[in-house]
Amino acid sequence: MAEPVLELDNVSAGYGPGHVLRGMSLRLEKGGKLAVIGRNGAGKTTLLNTVMGLARLHGGHIRLEGRPIDRLPPWRRNHLGLGLVPQTRDIFPSLTVEENLRAAQHGDARIEEAYMLFPRLKERRKNGGTQLSGGEQQMLAIARTLMTSPKVILLDEPLEGLAPVIREMLMQAFEDLAKDGTRSVILVEQHAAAALAFAGRAVLMANGRIVHDGPAAELAQRSDLIDRHIGVAMTADAPEKGTRHASHA
Amino acid sequence: MKRALPFILLLAGTAAMYLLMPYNLAFATRILVMGIFVLSIDLVLGFAGIATLGQAAMYGAGAYAAALFAAHAWAEPVAGLAVGAAAGAVVALLSGLVLMRASGLTLIMLTIAVAALLAETANRARDLTGGADGLRVAFGPVLGLWEFDFIGQTGFCYAAAVGACVLGLLALVARSPFGLSLRGLQSSPARMAAIGAPVYPRRVAAYTLGGAIAGIAGALSAQVAGLVSLETFSFTLSAEALVMLILGGTGRLWGALLGTVLFMFAHHYAAAADPFNWLFAIGALVMVVVFVLPGGLLSLPGALKGGRHD
Repeated sequence: MAEPVLELDNVSAGYGPGHVLRGMSLRLEKGGKLAVIGRNGAGKTTLLNTVMGLARLHGGHIRLEGRPIDRLPPWRRNHLGLGLVPQTRDIFPSLTVEENLRAAQHGDARIEEAYMLFPRLKERRKNGGTQLSGGEQQMLAIARTLMTSPKVILLDEPLEGLAPVIREMLMQAFEDLAKDGTRSVILVEQHAAAALAFAGRAVLMANGRIVHDGPAAELAQRSDLIDRHIGVAMTADAPEKGTRHASHA
Repeated sequence: MKRALPFILLLAGTAAMYLLMPYNLAFATRILVMGIFVLSIDLVLGFAGIATLGQAAMYGAGAYAAALFAAHAWAEPVAGLAVGAAAGAVVALLSGLVLMRASGLTLIMLTIAVAALLAETANRARDLTGGADGLRVAFGPVLGLWEFDFIGQTGFCYAAAVGACVLGLLALVARSPFGLSLRGLQSSPARMAAIGAPVYPRRVAAYTLGGAIAGIAGALSAQVAGLVSLETFSFTLSAEALVMLILGGTGRLWGALLGTVLFMFAHHYAAAADPFNWLFAIGALVMVVVFVLPGGLLSLPGALKGGRHD
């Protein structure tokens, strides 16, 4: 079995006194690609926020490369290798694209690498954060997280509200990020088909618990589980594995 | 060229004040001192988003520290500036360690309280500070070369040089990763924390740097006037400086300077025209600018082009 990079052991967490996650255990291997799917309110975003230290941990333990990080503030977790791309993107509006990247840059990250992944950002590097399309903002949010040299990238619904062509481009970028095996990726997504096509392993969440954990290809075949816990069929416009284009235009 | 334009305009404006106001250089010098003070608020509020109405605490600390240093140790002004900066930084650091854990209205009230506490302390320490009568100190020549003269030429040139250094320093800070992270903190502290910026230490650092610059402004004020009074800690001073910043536009440095010039001239001429009702003119000016240009005067070119105000 591959070496675990991130482990959650019986984690209960939420916001304030409320519990959203209940007794959740999860393990992500180094270089692994994990999809987390579930309907709204299942606790997917809270899972990522808990790992990042942005939600309150009520019980259980979180370890990064074997090191307990339960009590560390978010910035320390980031320095240790966790990088969250939030659902809300949170682009800094008063900064240009390049300044957004420089504000986050530490470790051995280079802005040119982010531009190689998203050439569109290089073209728009002098533009303000508010002058970008939704897709460009998402690219910037991902690139900004890459500027912190993460070992584990937590992607929170990155495809939400984006045109199919942009989704396809982002999925290709996620493949590129994970392909050398040095980074692990957790992709939280409502577009189940896209997430399952991307990941090697998948968990299905409902009511703050994991109801299925196994190979993504296996879960993709379990339409009974997906129908019951997500309630909609997998989106038809999501790209399937092997049919994506490499275009970054 | 585009980047150098504001510097050229600033240089031209300073030279114009020197040439066109030869018998009112004291007023022109006051504008420069206030400009430095407003820059300190721009760093704290405009960049880091730290709400404050008590920046006068650091201004006053710098003024008294420079005056006492001159009276009891060394009367050379540049050394006094360093002492003023250190005093402002120490007050900001010590108070900031507590204040930067607060936010919103609580933070505003606490910043006012710190300034009020220092004002009362200075008032009680009459033997040291002169209390309500103030502290009159004679400063030596700048760098041992230039005596402060009656017309105020030395004071003006000295204040202009200090202002240029402070502006240059802040321009570097604004473009540095630290400065960018402050602007990020203003937008979303949680996001900055998630991308590796320790929020509380950064806020304390910004407040301390702002305090040092306010201390420089206070020390400069003491040196060119030769007098320090309890007014240096006053709420009015903090509030007026904040109005100047809002008039010019926050978070862009140049806005702080533009707002200071506009406010000071409006104040000067309105008070000369009607010594009893000059505040009406200031109030009207603020209302017009805030309603028409919410982003301050610096957003005027964009507004004229039909773009965004801020």
